[in-house]
Amino acid sequence: MTNYSYTLLIPLIPLTIFLLTGLSGHRFKPIYSGLAGTMGLTMAAFLSYITAIRYFFIDGPVNGMYPQIKAISTVWLRFTDTLHIDMGILIDPISVMMLVVVTTVSLMAHIYSLGYMKGERGFARFYSFLSLFSFSMLGLVLATNIFQMYIFWELVGVSSFLLIGFYYEKPSAVAASKKAFIVTRFADLGFLIGILMLSFTTDTFDFISLTSSTGPAIASSAGTAFMGLSVISWALILIFIGGAGKSAMFPLHIWLPDAMEGPTPVSALIHAATMVVAGVYLVARLFPAYALTAPDALHVVAWVGGFSSLFAAVIALTQIDIKRVLAFSTMSQIGYMMMALGVSGYGDHEGLGYMASMFHLFTHAMFKALLFLGAGSIIHAVHSNNMTDMGGLRKYLPITHITFLIACLTIAGIPPLSGFWSKDEILAAALHHNPVLFAIGFGVAGLTAFYMFRLYYNIFWGHDRHYHHTPHESPLVMTIPLMFLALAAIFSGFLPFSHMVTSDLKPFEAHTDLAVAIPSVLIALAGIGVATVMYRKPNTLPDRLASSIKVLYTASLRKFWIDEIYQFVTKKILFAGVSRPIAWFDRHVIDATMNLVGWVVVTTSSKIKGFQSGQVQQYAAVFISSVILLVLVFVYLFSN
Amino acid sequence: MTFNDILLMRHELLLTAVMLLVLIVDLFATGNNRKLIIPLALVMFLIITVVGFLPAQYGKLFGGMYETSGTTILMKNVLNIAVFIIFLQSVAWLKLEENKQKLAEYFVLILSTLIGMNLMISSGDFLMLYIGLETATIPLAALAAYTHHQTKSAEAGIKLILSSALSSGIMLYGISMVYGTTGSVSFTEVALNWANAPLQMLAFLFFFAGMAFKISLVPFHLWTADVYEGAPVNVTSYLSVVSKGSAAFVLMLVLFRVFPSIVDHWQKVLYAIAVLTMTIGNLFALRQQNLKRFLAFSSIAQAGFILLGIIGASSLGMTTVIFFVLAYVFTNLAAFGVLSAISAATGKENMADYNGLYQTNPRLSLLLMLAMFSLAGIPPVAGFFGKFFLFTSAASKGFYWLVFIAVVNATISLYYYLLPVKAMFINKNENPIPSFRSDFYTKAGLLLAAAGTLAIGMLSIGYEYIASFSFGLQ
Repeated sequence: MTNYSYTLLIPLIPLTIFLLTGLSGHRFKPIYSGLAGTMGLTMAAFLSYITAIRYFFIDGPVNGMYPQIKAISTVWLRFTDTLHIDMGILIDPISVMMLVVVTTVSLMAHIYSLGYMKGERGFARFYSFLSLFSFSMLGLVLATNIFQMYIFWELVGVSSFLLIGFYYEKPSAVAASKKAFIVTRFADLGFLIGILMLSFTTDTFDFISLTSSTGPAIASSAGTAFMGLSVISWALILIFIGGAGKSAMFPLHIWLPDAMEGPTPVSALIHAATMVVAGVYLVARLFPAYALTAPDALHVVAWVGGFSSLFAAVIALTQIDIKRVLAFSTMSQIGYMMMALGVSGYGDHEGLGYMASMFHLFTHAMFKALLFLGAGSIIHAVHSNNMTDMGGLRKYLPITHITFLIACLTIAGIPPLSGFWSKDEILAAALHHNPVLFAIGFGVAGLTAFYMFRLYYNIFWGHDRHYHHTPHESPLVMTIPLMFLALAAIFSGFLPFSHMVTSDLKPFEAHTDLAVAIPSVLIALAGIGVATVMYRKPNTLPDRLASSIKVLYTASLRKFWIDEIYQFVTKKILFAGVSRPIAWFDRHVIDATMNLVGWVVVTTSSKIKGFQSGQVQQYAAVFISSVILLVLVFVYLFSN
Repeated sequence: MTFNDILLMRHELLLTAVMLLVLIVDLFATGNNRKLIIPLALVMFLIITVVGFLPAQYGKLFGGMYETSGTTILMKNVLNIAVFIIFLQSVAWLKLEENKQKLAEYFVLILSTLIGMNLMISSGDFLMLYIGLETATIPLAALAAYTHHQTKSAEAGIKLILSSALSSGIMLYGISMVYGTTGSVSFTEVALNWANAPLQMLAFLFFFAGMAFKISLVPFHLWTADVYEGAPVNVTSYLSVVSKGSAAFVLMLVLFRVFPSIVDHWQKVLYAIAVLTMTIGNLFALRQQNLKRFLAFSSIAQAGFILLGIIGASSLGMTTVIFFVLAYVFTNLAAFGVLSAISAATGKENMADYNGLYQTNPRLSLLLMLAMFSLAGIPPVAGFFGKFFLFTSAASKGFYWLVFIAVVNATISLYYYLLPVKAMFINKNENPIPSFRSDFYTKAGLLLAAAGTLAIGMLSIGYEYIASFSFGLQ
């Protein structure tokens, strides 16, 4: 078997660069931090590609099955002889795929930021945070056990917090970073409880034994029940809550749109391509446990995913801020992936949904990163996030325009671009499982095409606005990542995913189902057509439509008032009804008790200080009498 | 006896060689040449510390009086690391004018006590144990009185020698009763012939009291504060880390090897002593103004925690004790290192002197903060893992109440461990300790201690290494 221990370098390089630039970045010119980060990521990406090529194409499946290799594993914290937290590196199809995704997008964001963040105060800080994030994310995807993943999961959360709040002088950025941290942290509580339940039942944290079909998780699934579900099901549902928080699933999605306060490359890297799909990755990681022991938990995953994808798509229809459109689109697409996992079965062709989900994760990372970086290039040119300030930009930003168009066509699912292939598999899997979920997915496909082209036409077509200065194309350092990602968006659909990433590690043949493909292309074209009619040339149709369905329009524009509901629940119900009485109790009962304890301790302390007289003869006396006392007690205790 | 047999005593022989070398060089050195003893002793000691980790053979010597095993070698290595850091931290103080003439004595005395401790750890019978104990104790009194022109230092020396004479007497009395009732002083034979006779119980308690004195467990701790306060800072750190750590190792080894048949009895004794030690140590630490005295009581409380690892009598317990001592070595030496650097530069040792230290010496302040956090057991530094493992091992044997009391005590201790931090970072001071530069040795010593405090908790290798050498009763 090939030795993969060199993969340790992949997370360690960004860590080293983080420590170097974080601790001594201020001593050098900022640009050196940027270059160091970019070079480090280049190396990490290079190693990841080598790993992927070796794993998938040179070594390939052994006995018709991809091996799960622990390249490195060491015990980190031992609780008992059997239960210990390890630190290590797991090489298997999904971790290798994620290595490629994370390092590619991270490298693109690094290169792009050299231009985008140029001249910003805190340029070096930005790069050291990016390295920290890359390290954490790589540690997360390579984790050999669920506790290691949890540790890196939190580290990813911290770096996301730091990067959303990068412009810490802006109150909205500070609020957004707090919101993201608190909401995801809240969801992680579920994750932690889930981990504890799971490890308590199965006595292991290890992914391989948790997901092996003869492992303890699957063996103990028939165990004790609580409210009709087994302990394992509860644990897996709680773990999914953690994943739902990170992946912005309804109703824990409220942080994602606000997270767009961060610099745009950060949105592309963290809030589109890598961190937000960690929840999908988590479910995929534990997928055999879900599929074989907890079909109920999997149903929850499917419905939460399906609903989130529809919900977000509807909101995306009316948003004005281009980054928020993309944010809701991300949420919608991740809902797709979750739904695909939820409808998947285990093994062979049954596992189509699993394969499709991972496939979509891969293609989505490429085209969504492209969309965000393109949006960054547009914002860079017009200094605004709102599409009302844009129009007619295709003349000024030719490269951005073409790449953005490619991305829009990809996400809409037009063949032969990559989005078509992965989305098609998802819809096929959904149809196979549940017609309602298929209908949702099908509808979302149409909505997606519509809102993406609404966005596209509003930005690049229509009237020129009154720009302060003529918008101009971004520098090459920003457009090269765009072009690279555009190529990836076009061609990544041709990867033979069903031969690489499957639910039971065995390759299978997947076919394009024409009965699904043709309608899905048609509805995408319909969505694009409607958008063309409404937005290609300025007309009054959108306004008339909006006023004729005013209630729906407002609901979508205001994001169904979910934020307001949260505000109401936290401020009016939790703060007033629960927190105030608790605060009173805390102040008057708990504090008083603690003060009493403190008083007792201090008073005793001053009363007994006489023992320490400084007289050595007294010390001797105490010594002797203590021995005698000890003997007396001993005699009393054990005299029989 | 072949050459290979002699090599079993590698640690002791190397220490003796270095000690003699320093002594001889000192005879011929004059004036400024004396300073060269410092790098010489440091390099030699570094070499033997490294050599100590090389693979070694295990076996018995002198008819079983002396024996080595993976466990004993590991314990000696832990002590060596501590002593090396202490040596580094002492250099600035040794270079002071008043100490120049007798700096060789410092190394010789410390090395001779260290040989005694190594012999204690390797002892296979009570006689060897006692010889080791005395070899370790008597030079300590001389060390405590090192700056004998200061009254406090002289007082510390005399108090230490008087108190340990008493405790040695009691212990020897216990050993004589062991011999009287079992007809042997060898550990294995005593364990075999143990009959739970009343006189043997008395013997056990007398022996235990002697060891408790060395570890400064309450109520045998009264000498600690005065001696720690009076002795020079570096001697205090040696007393609180190496002397205490070695005694804890020896107590654990003897309890496990000689007294397994009365495990129920000594568990009860340890239980009571642990509760007393943690609590009393904490109560006294609360009100100390002198930082050395403060650390003295803190070290008493920490010794109470060590008993939590011993009480379970398990292999896990032994691992956790050795790990805790290692963590404590780095942590306490980080604290004492800062104290020693400041004391050597300014002579100040009181908490109030540290007010506003962060303004003038930010690095030292941060380091002392790190040490305090580690002593208090705040994650993710070494002290947290040390306490966590000790609590785990006690809880795994069902001592839930003891763990609860320990947790309460750990919480109380947080209060006083944060006092120096508050002094350095928050309290205002018109004229704080001026900022000063430390020499290479001090920096290296502090850096080693800090690195250990940060790393050994996070890197599990150390813990797993220790676990591979541990044994227990069950």
